[in-house]
Amino acid sequence: MKISLIVNGTAHTIEIEPRTLLVDVLREQLRLTGTHVGCDTSQCGTCTVHIAGKPVKACAMLAAQADGQAVTTIEGVAKGDVLHPMQAAFREHHALQCGFCTPGMIMTALAMVESHKGEPLTEGVVRKELEGNFCRCTGYQPIVTAILAGAKAMA
Amino acid sequence: MHNFNYHRPKTLSEARAIFSGAEDAVYLAGGQTLIPTLKQRLRQPSDVIDLSQLAELRGIAVEKDAVVIGAMTRHADVAASTDVRRLIPALAHLAGEVGDPQVRSLGTLGGSVANSDPAADYPAAVLALGAAIHTPERIIAADDFFTGLFETALEPGEMIVKISFPVPKRAAYMKFRNPASRYAVAGVCVADTAKGIRVAVTGAGPNAFRQTEMETALSKSFTPEALAGVIVSSEDLNTDLHATAAYRAHLVAVMARRAVEALI
Repeated sequence: MKISLIVNGTAHTIEIEPRTLLVDVLREQLRLTGTHVGCDTSQCGTCTVHIAGKPVKACAMLAAQADGQAVTTIEGVAKGDVLHPMQAAFREHHALQCGFCTPGMIMTALAMVESHKGEPLTEGVVRKELEGNFCRCTGYQPIVTAILAGAKAMA
Repeated sequence: MHNFNYHRPKTLSEARAIFSGAEDAVYLAGGQTLIPTLKQRLRQPSDVIDLSQLAELRGIAVEKDAVVIGAMTRHADVAASTDVRRLIPALAHLAGEVGDPQVRSLGTLGGSVANSDPAADYPAAVLALGAAIHTPERIIAADDFFTGLFETALEPGEMIVKISFPVPKRAAYMKFRNPASRYAVAGVCVADTAKGIRVAVTGAGPNAFRQTEMETALSKSFTPEALAGVIVSSEDLNTDLHATAAYRAHLVAVMARRAVEALI
């Protein structure tokens, strides 16, 4: 079957099998390998992308379900060589060690800033909203610090 | 995942026709349970029918004394709805505690209720609030809906269109979460409704059920102390690697007390 996706602003028409997962289209067909597969059991959140601005796990969604929708991946976040303020905050605050979870963390962070627009992001909110993203290196502390700093920089 | 035929019908009748014409079809709502299930090959349907384009299944409406929520409404939208937050804050709170933000972006009310997962959150609210489950053919009372482990009163091919939640005088949902999955190890919804006090339990048994001893005790005196005299039996409760039946019985008592404390 054929689907059309707008990925990071670019329209694509893609031939897929009905069973193809969104994450596999992004990684294997569009070669956007910034979206990672950590667990493949819909738990770790490292495959998080945005569909119409909402965070979703791309390993828990058929590509067919995304037909006709706008997808944003980690590759669509920076402006050329200039890091997005959230990415810059992750670097500044050492919010990664191995870095495998980082793309998902940043996509979730951007979604939480968006969904809490107009109210200050608190540490409690950040920790709750991060429940769908696992990091096995940092213990989360620097990630929380970075998200709070990134949110401030975006305001 | 084995391959299947994928359909994206535009109308209810089209969806029903595809279902009846297929060998072994399954409806796809948000997919947050179904997709992982297909990936593990625990289910191998011939046809997957995506309900996302059915306008009849969408939206939140306030009707006389009730909030009516379309089956395809995402958890995040129920949690954020100003109408739900104003009229049934316990339901908005419950929706905001399902899974994690990514699951709440896609997971739906109808999908959760139709699946009748023993540890799902929504069934507790559906039962405690005395909701009515609307399908194209009929209206099913919450008390008749959950019939067993992953089993409901829905006939093959029958789907939930919307659920009508009567607005309670007050209600609260408390759950003890599995720290990894965020499913309810035990969850209790206590509601003070036009039809009396209703207490529903999820996570503890094969499916959500009403705790009638607690309802009787709270009807006499709506206080945490009134619950102290109720012995929660662990008979028929679940034992798994997360908790024994006896521990779940204990948690049911604790969550019920917390819910009542939140309401007085």
